[in-house]
Amino acid sequence: MATLNIAGLDKAYGDARILKSIDLDIADGEFVVLVGPSGCGKSTLLRLIAGLDGATRGDIRIGPKRVNDLEPAARKIAMVFQSYALYPHMNVRKNMTFGLKFSGMAKQEIDRRVTDAARMLQLDSLLDRRPRDLSGGQRQRVAIGRAIVREPDVFLFDEPLSNLDAALRVSTRVEIAKLHRLLGATMIYVTHDQTEAMTLADRIVVMNQGEIAQVGRPLDLYYTPANLFVAGFIGSPAMNIFDVTVKSPTRLGGPGLGDLELAGAKLTPGAALKLGVRPEHLRWGAEGALRLTATLELIERLGEISYAYARTSDGQSIIAELRGRETPAIGASASFGADAQDLHLFDAAGRRLNPAA
Amino acid sequence: MRNLSRAGVHAVLIAYSLLAVAPILIVVMNSFKARNAIFGAPLSPPNAQTFSLIGYSKVLLRAQIGTWFENSLIVTLGAMALTLLFGAMAAWALTEYRFRWTNALALYMAIGIMAPIRLGSIAILTMMRAAHLNDTLMALILVYIAQGLPMAIFILSEFIQQIPQDLRDAARCDGVPETRIFFEVIAPLLRPAIATVAVFTIVPIWNDLWFPLILTSSDSTHTITLGVQQFLGQYITDWNSVLAALSLAILPVVFIYVIFSRQLISGLTAGAVK
Repeated sequence: MATLNIAGLDKAYGDARILKSIDLDIADGEFVVLVGPSGCGKSTLLRLIAGLDGATRGDIRIGPKRVNDLEPAARKIAMVFQSYALYPHMNVRKNMTFGLKFSGMAKQEIDRRVTDAARMLQLDSLLDRRPRDLSGGQRQRVAIGRAIVREPDVFLFDEPLSNLDAALRVSTRVEIAKLHRLLGATMIYVTHDQTEAMTLADRIVVMNQGEIAQVGRPLDLYYTPANLFVAGFIGSPAMNIFDVTVKSPTRLGGPGLGDLELAGAKLTPGAALKLGVRPEHLRWGAEGALRLTATLELIERLGEISYAYARTSDGQSIIAELRGRETPAIGASASFGADAQDLHLFDAAGRRLNPAA
Repeated sequence: MRNLSRAGVHAVLIAYSLLAVAPILIVVMNSFKARNAIFGAPLSPPNAQTFSLIGYSKVLLRAQIGTWFENSLIVTLGAMALTLLFGAMAAWALTEYRFRWTNALALYMAIGIMAPIRLGSIAILTMMRAAHLNDTLMALILVYIAQGLPMAIFILSEFIQQIPQDLRDAARCDGVPETRIFFEVIAPLLRPAIATVAVFTIVPIWNDLWFPLILTSSDSTHTITLGVQQFLGQYITDWNSVLAALSLAILPVVFIYVIFSRQLISGLTAGAVK
């Protein structure tokens, strides 16, 4: 069990800065998910924490100790890889015990840990099998078991579910959540899948181009994204974004939108802003602060909900969520509305703007 | 059209196989014939009149033949084992660890593939004499390690690069020491490659005449290929013995090839298909 503190962490390969001055504090027992598009630096950050790569600048502390110069094994971490990285020529039991042999641990203790981990992960009957005789899900459980037997302070997961099929991904995700509850260990989990991020995390770290875009609880990120990047990245389908200009401190206008009134707002007239609204908040036929009409191009029916893809009079694509069986006809013009509380405003630099401040 | 081109390919392959096998076949065939028959009808197989084991009985009765075989085995197997060990370790170091001289060192090894070691014969001879290693099997082993290393490193590097990075990272996170990562994680996965390199290393060493000729002088350090030369005289050559000894010398190489061939083929194709 341990806290993890990262301060001013930089990683550069030649001139390319992969990580730019990362600061992050993780509490004991917390489940933190690093999420972001490919190339955002999330896996690099995980490798630096693991000690598989060296930092260019900055400090990494696990508990009170600075670990920058320690070998991975000395950091009391365990890592689960996307490719499982099981030793192909060793059976399941040897895969789990191989690392422990070198720690000088007593044989009884090793056996106890393997037995416990095998029971926890339902691997009891598979201990004598080789990795090639296991299914994808079983291999992933062995990889997790190999991490558990080390009883590390911090668990690191590098996209552990990406190689599994959809059904197995859901059930393994639930297993990992239960495991976190059971072990109470600090866990850091890298993924590009926002469903995994939203469902597993105590806190999500959204990364973009080597920087942290926002850190927060899943629903905080969803309902109050700190910037345009997070607004667009979290939520599926993505948030609708409109260009608007401030006409008076309480009034906005934009092409295809008409004017909209934000009571109590103190905006700077003349400023160019971005207005965001999630598909689920854009309701068909409803009134609200935001009103727009658009021509329907496509409807995706998912059962309980449908997504309407439409285009406004000035050519901007929008997506709205429809509930119930009734949907407007394709090619017809439909009106949509959203409440003021569901609108997100961002300034020219993409930062969230509080209209009342 | 397709059948025709396939037949063409097979015709070429069959012709090449015949070309490669025919001399060996003639040697083995004639080793079972009497002296007159060897000269009288060198291309006909032995029959009831011409069959003779005189060559084999002469060769096997000579005391030194056992020693020569033993020397060849010691030199070949010793050089092979050390080439594989050092080759795999060097390949691992050159692919896994980045240090200032990585590229220069890799290039230096590549030059070893291109430049024949025999160019250095005189220097080698002087060095061995200076080290008081002339006329010892150790001298041969050292030379053959130098001869085999560049190719071994080249082939093994290719294979090591194909072992997923995650596996080495996982072992490091597991706290496995670097030497154990090499010997217990990487080396077992290199088995097919090691078989390939083993065959490529063994055959030229076993067949080599040049270095035993310049580095060994006494009967007790001769290898089988050099020993056979004693049957070739300036005025008279004991063809029965020469052919019998050569036929015997083929056996160990064939034996080793049979052991490694399955691994060898999987190693060759693994490298080719990637």
